[in-house]
Amino acid sequence: MLPWYQNIPFACIFLCMISGIMMPLFKSGKAAFHLTLCVSLINAILAGVLLYFTAKESIRFVYVMGHFPAPWGNEIAAGKLEALLALMFSSVMALSLLGGKSSIHDDILEPKQPLYFLMLNLLHASMLALTYTNDLFTGYVFIEINTLASCAIVMARDTAKTIAATIRYLVVSLLGSGLFLIGLVLLYCITGHLLMPNLQEKVLSLVSTGKYMEPLTIVAGLMTAGISVKAALFPFHAWLPFAHGGATTTSSSVLSGLVLKAYIVLLIKLFFSVFSIELVSALHVNDILFVFGIIGMIYASIKAIREEHIKRMLAYSSVAQIGYIFMGLGLGTKVAVIAAIYQIIVHAVTKPLLFASASRLSEVQGHEKSLYRLRGSARTAPLAGIAFTLGGLSMIGIPLLGGFMSKFLLAESAVLLASPRQWAALLSLALSSVLNALYYIPAIIAIWSPSDFMLKYQEEGKQKKNITYSVSAFSFMVLVVLTGCASTPVSEIISSGLSLLGGASL
Amino acid sequence: MSDFLQSVIAYRFEIGAVILFGIGFINLLLQKNLIKKIISFNVMDSSIFLFLASQGFIEGRIAPIITGANDASLYINPIPTGLVLTGIVVSVSVSAFFLALVQRLYKKYGTVNFDEIIMLAKKEAE
Repeated sequence: MLPWYQNIPFACIFLCMISGIMMPLFKSGKAAFHLTLCVSLINAILAGVLLYFTAKESIRFVYVMGHFPAPWGNEIAAGKLEALLALMFSSVMALSLLGGKSSIHDDILEPKQPLYFLMLNLLHASMLALTYTNDLFTGYVFIEINTLASCAIVMARDTAKTIAATIRYLVVSLLGSGLFLIGLVLLYCITGHLLMPNLQEKVLSLVSTGKYMEPLTIVAGLMTAGISVKAALFPFHAWLPFAHGGATTTSSSVLSGLVLKAYIVLLIKLFFSVFSIELVSALHVNDILFVFGIIGMIYASIKAIREEHIKRMLAYSSVAQIGYIFMGLGLGTKVAVIAAIYQIIVHAVTKPLLFASASRLSEVQGHEKSLYRLRGSARTAPLAGIAFTLGGLSMIGIPLLGGFMSKFLLAESAVLLASPRQWAALLSLALSSVLNALYYIPAIIAIWSPSDFMLKYQEEGKQKKNITYSVSAFSFMVLVVLTGCASTPVSEIISSGLSLLGGASL
Repeated sequence: MSDFLQSVIAYRFEIGAVILFGIGFINLLLQKNLIKKIISFNVMDSSIFLFLASQGFIEGRIAPIITGANDASLYINPIPTGLVLTGIVVSVSVSAFFLALVQRLYKKYGTVNFDEIIMLAKKEAE
């Protein structure tokens, strides 16, 4: 008999799918919104329970789907790390829904709203499935579901501009999943397995014989490239600012905060459960990630400085933050990967806060999007102003906030390395922090300084109350501060969870 | 030379699949015409399916439909075929979604050239 909590991972995925399928039955967006919110909250609570049990017993269990034994059947595996990430996905999903509620109402036609929530539910299900799956082909299928659902929520605004942005996004995503699929097929041909534990066993035994090193390098390279394309690593980021900057608030929050991370989570599982981090370093796959991660950090920040449109600025900042994560992966040590996962969590709570706040600020100032016309909006909506300021400061890396802690952990893991990489990582961390400050500080000053635009909209703007936004902004702010102050327990969970992922040494 | 030819013939499916993958990939990336983009996406995915199906095929064996003899050595490997089926479902749904998007843009701008669409959209914004 299974302990009851081992049913949670499957139950969470299934719950999202069921509620997603039910969405078209609703006539109004309101009921659909409430059901989606409920499902996200229930999933967050369930993930929390799962985290409690897996952390208490320090285990990683395998849940056999359909009762077919190991080499043939499909499996879900969950441990501390997966539970923590699922908790992040579900809770940030719920808070992003709250934060973007009014924009959904403004941006999407009423009869289409249930369909929008259908896509959000599928997206949620696929992100959880990518976190929990123990089977690479299932991983591929959910990558595609994730792609389609995220394209659909970009185009939900239904203007020609967002459709063009969606096409760009779709094309790049398809290139990425094509690369991933051919890598997966090659790996299957070499090893004859699809489940991660069996794959790892075969891969490591192949490596010990020294045969098939070139095919393995190609496989690792193709799969990593495929996932990096989808996660908007530097040279493949061009679609992101348009897709994330043009979508409705909830979409931008979820896309920037979570969807990019879901792919990276799969990449981390690939590195630890299929290959091993030592093997990845030996094949030099992570060197590429390191170089492009660093270029991305610098380049995207420079683009963000020149950007006037507030949401596109935040989107470029996401590209830079993704660069941090890939730099952590590229350092190729376990400590650095822990820092990268910490950065995933920090960015997942900070970026939705910034997107929701930016949208609230533009809501009170006549739906303007350019920073110039948003001057003074924080005075009309002080909570949004405080939230934006806090989020911006966290991105720059001010102590006591989440962003500082993740940069600190990354720098710490870089110091432990004894190679030229150490200096490259530290220098680029310092430089990109300065660059972050160069666009977040002016933006923060702009929203607080009075202007004519502010006076014009002040009366009207003060009338617009938005309680759901306040709840979400407040919770996000608490999370940002928590990730900054209480990093030790979280990074301990990440560290022991990562050890449970597998990866017997070479 | 004959060695080379022999290995080309022995690996004809793999070689063909890789060439098709390249063609599909490059065209999906660079093609301006959106309909051609969709076609090249299908070429790319089909090449992967060809590769996969050829890997599961074993000369002289039959499809794994059990009629009487329950002997695994009679049949080809069924797993790649199953994967191909799943992959086809995925690529069909992606194509449908892509076509729907292109149709929307065509209704609005009357062209399927992506560059022209971007230019028209920019003009509209001004």
